[in-house]
Amino acid sequence: MDGIHDLGGQPGYNALGYRRDEPVFKDRWEATVFTLVRASAQAGAYTNIDQFRHAVERIDPKAYLEHGYYGRWLGAVETLFVEAGILTTAEITERATQMGADPNDLIAARPNQTKTQTTGIPAKRNPIDQAPWFQVGDPVQTAQTSPLGHTRLPGYARDKRGLITACQGLWPYPDLRAHGHGEPSQYLYTVTFNSLDLGFSEAFELNLDLFEPYLNAIETIQ
Amino acid sequence: MSDQPSPQSLRTEAIETLLIEKKLLTSTAVDTVLTTFSEQVGPMNGAKLVARAWIDEGFKARLLEDATTIIAEYGFEGGQVDKLIVKACAESVHHVVVCTLCSCYPWAVLGLPPRWYKDPGYRSRIVREPRKVLTEMGLTLPETTDIKVWDSSAEIRYMVLPLRPEGTEGLDETALAELITRDAMIGVAAIKTPS
Repeated sequence: MDGIHDLGGQPGYNALGYRRDEPVFKDRWEATVFTLVRASAQAGAYTNIDQFRHAVERIDPKAYLEHGYYGRWLGAVETLFVEAGILTTAEITERATQMGADPNDLIAARPNQTKTQTTGIPAKRNPIDQAPWFQVGDPVQTAQTSPLGHTRLPGYARDKRGLITACQGLWPYPDLRAHGHGEPSQYLYTVTFNSLDLGFSEAFELNLDLFEPYLNAIETIQ
Repeated sequence: MSDQPSPQSLRTEAIETLLIEKKLLTSTAVDTVLTTFSEQVGPMNGAKLVARAWIDEGFKARLLEDATTIIAEYGFEGGQVDKLIVKACAESVHHVVVCTLCSCYPWAVLGLPPRWYKDPGYRSRIVREPRKVLTEMGLTLPETTDIKVWDSSAEIRYMVLPLRPEGTEGLDETALAELITRDAMIGVAAIKTPS
């Protein structure tokens, strides 16, 4: 899905906030959120990492930017617990309010928000027992698309030309497994782009690991 | 600074207590996480690989060929690594790692990612203007050095094998490992010659 999470190449976020030394967890609640995410997996609230990533992508975009990494995880894990029927938003809010929270606080979680019976980029074929479609050295053009569901094709690399530089074998396909369609596999390739072909002005090489359904064959790369 | 707990802190505690009541979480689980990620899983693991690669060409070749098998041999755990690829810097090539879509990071060798790695500035800019970003972070590369950026968009994780600095010829593997920083293994810093 298109959204605030798809940050690659986006303008406006100038500050790097770089610090050489910082604690692994700034506050104890961050370690608690980390633990809650592990507990949610053990409780079956999600079964693969793409379901978790999609829950992060669906949180409130203001919270995404303001609440930091573990704030995003908090929103995602609440979404997953609520969607799994293990907790309700109301009981969490009631408990937090008893602990001193303001009931008007921004809640990052958005259960069911944009969680449609959809997919990311549809698969073109079932590649099991078939050879990879592309070979190292093949020029490819990435899909021009804005799927409603989860995908791992970043916005900045859509409708762009690159070269296959490695075939990484079969991997579970995020665009389907994020939406509960089992764990179907697709071929994964490392695709190498010239930054100028991505529309950036600084010259460098950019590498992405992209699934076969994201890629179209082209004759040559200009 | 207010002493009031943040809204995120309170909501986290609310979920935590509800889960403990439902017996889906134990009250000691958080302490276990804190211990694991401060003492067992961290950049000291990646540093061992780099130090060994600096002194052992055969090991370096294996590391660049199949790092996944090597981290299994070392027994590094911590999740988040189904496949690890190590990219070696050279005089003419510099590698740097990012995850623009979320914050994928090779936990087993580097531990949990630093805050800046997960924040919008680094994630948006390192794939657009890496030379400028690295300069702002204190790493000025020669114009003749090519930059290769690795955006971790699938389950493969990337780690950078930094250049061994001059003046370290007499150091053993343990002393070398102490020089190696997390940031150099992400690709945003160089290893400095010890003073």
